[in-house]
Order: sequence, then structure tokens, then C-alpha cells
Amino acid sequence: MSTYYIYQDQKRCIGCRACEVHCKTEKDIPIGPSFCKIIPVGPKMSGGVPRINFIFMPCFHCETPWCVAACPTRAMQKREKDGIVFVEPSLCVGCKACITACPWGAPQWNQETGKALKCDYCKDRIDQGLEPACVTGCTTAALKWVSPAESTQMRRESSAKALAEGKSVP
Amino acid sequence: MSGSMSKKVFSVCATCSVRCPIEVDVENGAIKHIWGNPHLLGGRYLCPRGTAQKATQADTERVRHPMIRDGERGSGKWRKASWEEALDYVADKLKNIIEHHGGESIVFGDRGGPFNDLHRAFIKALGSPNYFNQHATCSNSVHNAHNAMAGQRRNTVAYDYKNCNYSILYSRNILESIGTKEAKDFIDALERGMKFTYTDVRWTYTAAKADRFFTLRPGTDYAFNLALINVIVGEKLYDAEFVNTWVLGMKELTSFIEPYTPEWAERETGIPAKQIIAVAHELSDAKPAVILHQGWMTARDGNDYYLRRSIYILYGLLGAYEAPGGLLFNKNETHCGFKPLRKFVNMPPKVEKKRFDGIGWKYKHLTADYGCGQMLPHAILNEDPYPVKAFICYRFDPLAAYPDPEAFKKGLEKLDLLVSVDINYSQIGMVSDVILPEAMHLERTDPVIVKGGPKPALWLRRQAVEPKYDSKPKWWIIKQLAERLGVGQYFPYNDIDELIAWQLQDMGFKLSDFDEKGFIELSPKQILFDRKTGLGAGFKTPSKKLEFVSSMLEENGIPSFPPYETPGSPPEGHFRLITGKIAVHTQGTTLNNKYLNEIQSENKMWMNTAEAARLGIKNDDLVEVSGEGVVQTAKAALSEYIHPEVVYTLHGYGRDVPLQTRSYKKGLRDNVYMKGLLTMTVGGNCPVAECFVRIKKA
Repeated sequence: MSTYYIYQDQKRCIGCRACEVHCKTEKDIPIGPSFCKIIPVGPKMSGGVPRINFIFMPCFHCETPWCVAACPTRAMQKREKDGIVFVEPSLCVGCKACITACPWGAPQWNQETGKALKCDYCKDRIDQGLEPACVTGCTTAALKWVSPAESTQMRRESSAKALAEGKSVP
Repeated sequence: MSGSMSKKVFSVCATCSVRCPIEVDVENGAIKHIWGNPHLLGGRYLCPRGTAQKATQADTERVRHPMIRDGERGSGKWRKASWEEALDYVADKLKNIIEHHGGESIVFGDRGGPFNDLHRAFIKALGSPNYFNQHATCSNSVHNAHNAMAGQRRNTVAYDYKNCNYSILYSRNILESIGTKEAKDFIDALERGMKFTYTDVRWTYTAAKADRFFTLRPGTDYAFNLALINVIVGEKLYDAEFVNTWVLGMKELTSFIEPYTPEWAERETGIPAKQIIAVAHELSDAKPAVILHQGWMTARDGNDYYLRRSIYILYGLLGAYEAPGGLLFNKNETHCGFKPLRKFVNMPPKVEKKRFDGIGWKYKHLTADYGCGQMLPHAILNEDPYPVKAFICYRFDPLAAYPDPEAFKKGLEKLDLLVSVDINYSQIGMVSDVILPEAMHLERTDPVIVKGGPKPALWLRRQAVEPKYDSKPKWWIIKQLAERLGVGQYFPYNDIDELIAWQLQDMGFKLSDFDEKGFIELSPKQILFDRKTGLGAGFKTPSKKLEFVSSMLEENGIPSFPPYETPGSPPEGHFRLITGKIAVHTQGTTLNNKYLNEIQSENKMWMNTAEAARLGIKNDDLVEVSGEGVVQTAKAALSEYIHPEVVYTLHGYGRDVPLQTRSYKKGLRDNVYMKGLLTMTVGGNCPVAECFVRIKKA
């Protein structure tokens, strides 16, 4: 079962890409693939000021992952104990079925090894009681390592506050 | 971390001039990850540039050994040298220069900041007054403005975002041109409910979070501030008690400000008068918990000095000095009852010679702490005030940072010796005689610094891993040169442990006191001066007050309140070129970092959508940018929210350093258009925004 979720607080995110770089240095990812990405959407006028959203796009570690179902060699796996979806490189044959299957663009291609690569929520860190590098290093603490249930509560609270202040809910 | 081969090292980043506290995870002698120091930041937050230095440390495209040029200057021909040979070469040349022209013919330049005690000590030991840093194109005007008005530089006060209710940022793109703690503090303040107004000539990520955002006519932030002062004085919205106690020159300000009404400012800036009045009221309601960001890069135009003065006038009117949520004076070790940290710069005898740049004799109102490096080519070429024969350039690249690199280079060509000390290959390195590779910050320990603030501390940049190449730490390079030049006695240490013991000797601390958290706390709580009786300890002016009318300026024939001069518009068919920064790069110095380069390898030319349409330019079209005989191309990026008179690009691109293959000639180089701008303005800054270019579809 999915145990984890990365909550992104839009109000705190400044689009600095520290998450991307913390990810790349933690995992020594070569140039090209990226396990997470900030996608700026905007600017769009709202309340007299052009606003922008920085959408954090990691892997969502689906409960029923397209990539795992598509993988013919069982390289793409879902961890029993916490639902982390990861790729076992020794089993990957580079067929790219996972890349084709994922609607979110999460699995990445490693040109150097000819294998698929993807976010594993820094499972080695998780197993040590730490948080993923993107969350830990986030410049403004916009990313939070929570459970899916906690994330919905956080989202409700922030939306309720915005509504009470007469602001648009992002 | 677990396992015997893992360790954590607390240190201080050196990537940009913010110098954030870091925690380095080291595994088997290699860097695993670079984080922020949680003991100082409250978490392991760290900006992308800081964490990406793991890749620079591992990079082969770094200066890997001493190099001596093996052909004409700038020919790109080098030979590998041993440290012994390179240091002897430099020392012999310097000895010869000192013998024939005196110590003052040597100039030392660096990036400024708190880690330059050894630099200042070294040049002073050689008998030269000529230290300067990058600030001619950074923050000279704001330092000098605060120095005249408050008797102290800009960075002698800290922002209390934790308690701030209202902030104004004048083109201070605080959420893109970031320091980790400042960006985090700012976002925390917004979450708490702080409101802010942002003015700029273009929309930025900072503008996107503003409560009010004004795209104003370039160079008119000063007019905006004058109108704020006009309203605050006219409606008596100021903090009368603070003003009566701590301000000198209120009468002169009152009469000066009269014509600068919001309606006048609307015509100057393009900001509606009623909005200016609203901002003035918001400031007054929030006072004294207000922060009007003094600026980071403040080398925009000739008027910049007076813009910065107007910011400090507003601080005075709003009583924000030493008020929670406003500006807090930085305290040092002596405020905490300690004897001062020993400084090397106090070791050599005082140098009585005139400075090369005129500061202290021709420009008495400007501080020698930063100097005016833009005058270096003039001094060299004209031997004015005397021959300058050697330039030691330490981790600094004036050919990338300053305007008009061709003009700067003409000066450099006439030198007898040009030495570049750097971790990276640089523009100035390419035309140097010798390049000495400094060990990068992750590979060296530097002398202890005092981190001033309301809660002062001692910080230490500490070696995390062995140098990857044949590079050396600063303390070693300086000591080696000093010994060879017969001034080794001013550097009484043989290794870094002895150096730090010498520094800490009077304070009662030792090196191991840094082990636990990476810093030494000097006071458990904030130290605040009494706002009624104690601010004379903060205002270091002759009157011990905030001098709106500055005695120091008046003595030097510089008016405190000259009449406002309207900035000009671009010549027909031209745009004003504005440059800036983003979070993933420190100007040109990080462009070759593989991870940062991957995110932003080229710059684009931003322009107003309507202006672009008039010229038949669409998004991502290649455009030709021409001016002063220079033609380059860049992709166009269109925005509705950039002033029509302006085009904007990222600073530092278009590097002409072949040894850095990832960034070599990528993008457009901005400073080559800035011809004739190696000049002195009243604030000591180069007016880098006084630059105009033509744009057409390529």
C-alpha cells in the first residue's frame, strides 16, 4: 500500500529547482534524465498581479502502477512494505515499456546504461528514517514528506484559509 | 549516516557571495551530498547552486595544477608548473616591481565578503593600500549611501523578516536571485501574513507572489520613494519620537520633498498616484515592522546612490532601526563580552600611500573597504596617480563581472604581472600570466569569521574532503607568497590548526568547539540596543544619529538633497539592456557545473510582447542584438509584463573560456555592450543599466 506522499505547498514554492539538483546529486544521475521536475505554468493575471504555479512532477508511486504492469522482466517493482515503485537495474532490458505506459512521464531513460531509471523516493534514505533528498533540501520547505491522508488535510486547511480570506483557491 | 567510513562536516559554502552554512555528507572520502546546516537554518535547506558543488568538486574542467603562460598573453598556451616554480615566478616578479615602483604598484582584487582577512593583510604587508572587490558592479552605491547616512555599511544591519509586517523590494528579485536563509525567511514571513510591494522593470517570480507589483519606468524607483516620503512627511505619518531622537536633517528633508507629490511620481514612474498613497499608508500602518530591501546588486545607474539614500530616509521616518520586524544592527564579539577575534589585517603597519582609485583623496565620501575597481584600467594606462604594475585577482573575474571587458583588458595588457587565483578557469584567467588553483571550499579550511548579527557567532569553513587536484588552500598560498616576499612574520602560523588557534587565542575558544554544530554561538539570545537611548552605538556618524543631511557629504561638496533628475529614455530604435540572475546560477561562475548547466545552459532575450510584434518577432525567434559595434544573437522570450523600453537577459553567459566546454560561447554575453561604463558615479558604482541595444529578427 502507498504509505508516502510528497505534498507541495504552492505558496511556498519559488521554482528554484533545488529539488531537481538535490535529486540529481543524491542519486548521481547523468545528464538527461530527471526523477523530478518543476514545471512553471503561467504567468496568469489574478487579483491585479501576474501569478505563476510551479508544478512539482515527481513519480507518484501509483497504487496500480502502469509501469509495473507494462514491464516484461519484472525489473519495475512495487515494494510490498510501503508501495515504493522502483526499478531493479540488473533485470532491466531497456525495452522502454514503462516509459510508454506511464501517463506522467516518470520513468526516465539512461542513455549511458541503456536502462530505465526512476524515482524511488530515495528508499535507502527512507529505510534509515530520513526523507527523500528533494524534500530535505528544498530551499523554502515547500515540499513535505507526509502520508496521503495528511496531505488531504493540509490541502483542506490551506484552501479553507484562502476561502475565508476571500482569495482564490489555487 | 551509519558505517565507519561516513562523516558529516559542517562548513560554509563559497559558491556565491551569500556563503550559506552547509553540512557535507562524506562517504569513503567522497562527497555524498551537500545540505544546509540544520543548526543554523532550522533544516537541511540548500539552494540548487550550493548542492550542485558536488559536481564541481568532481569535475575535470577545473584548474588542476599551477599554470604559467607559454606564449603571448591570452594565446591560450600554458605549461604545467609545480607550486614551487609558480610561486617563485610570482614572488620574483613582485619583488622586482616593489623595488622599482613601490608596493603601491600592486593591486589585489577579490569577491569581497567576510573571508578576505588574509587578502587584505597580504596586500597591506606589501606596502600597498590597493585592495578592491567586485562591488563596483554590485553593491557599492548602497554601502556608500548607508556609510554616509548611518556611518556604517549596508551589511552592518540585518533584516528581521521573522517579525516584519510589510516589505518593499526595489528590483530585489529575492525569490530568484536567492540566498537560502533569506528566501526561506521571506516565504515564512509571507505565510505568517507579511504583505509586500515589488517594483521592477519586468515581472519576475518574486513579482508573482507580491501583494502589489508595479512595472515602472527604468530608473524611477527613486521617484516612487520620493513620493512615499512626500506623503509620509506631508501627512505626518512618521514616527515622531524616533525622528526627534535619532534623525538629523528633518527640516531640510521637509523642504526638499515638497514638490515630489504622488501625482508628480505618477508621471515619472507610471504608477498611479493613488496606489503610491496607498503604499505610503500601508507602510505607516505597519511601522516600525517594515523592511524596504536596500538592494543586492545596486549598480544600475548614476542615480542609484540617491535611491538607496531615500530607502534609509524611509527607514528613519518609519523608526525601523533596531525595531522588531525592521532593521537590526549587527552585533559582534565585543557586544557579547568577548575580546575580538584576531585579524591578520591588523598585523602589518598602516600604509599611508594614496589609493589607485582615488578613494580617500579624490573621492573622500566613498569607502576603501570595497574600492572602485572600475578605475584600474585608467590607473594602469595613465599611471594615474602612479604606475600600477601587478594585479592579483583572487576568485574574481572582472572581465565577466564588470562592463566593457575590452577596455578592462587594454589596461591589463600593460601590466608586468597578472595573477589569477581561482578554482575555475575564468575570463581573466585566460589572459593571466599565472593561474594558481585554490582548493575549492569543500577541500579546504579557511580562517574563522565573525558572523555579525543580532545574535553574533563564529563560523568556520571546514575541509570535508581531500583536494582532488594539485590545489592549495588560501592560508597556504598567502603564507608561501608572504615568506618569499619577506613578510612572513605577519602570518604567524605553519598550518591551519595554528592559524585558528592564533585567531581564537583572546576569545578562549578552540577549533574543536566548532565540531558539534559548525559554529560557536556568542550570545544565547538577540542583543538589541535601547531604541530610546542606545542607538548611538549603531549610528557611527559624527552626530551619532541618522544623518539625512550628511556632514560627511557636505564636507566633501556633495549635496545630500540634489534636485531629482529624470532618467532618459532609450535613443530612437533602442532598448535599455537590463541584466539579472536566476536561482540556479551565480553569474558566469557556475555555468560550467554539469547539473546547473543542464537546467539553464543559455540565456534568452526577454522583451515586451507588443514591441516584439511591432518588430515582427515571435517567441523563440532568433533575434540579433546589436550595440556599440557588437552583434550577437539570442532567442527571444516575450512577456506582457516587461517595460516596453527594456530588454532583459541573464548575466554572465557567452563565456569565452574554451577550457570550460559546457559553457563555452553558450548564450549571449551582456557586458560587451556596456562600452564606456567603467566609470565613477556618485555612489562608486558602474552604471551598468545605462546600456542601449537594437533588436531585430535575425
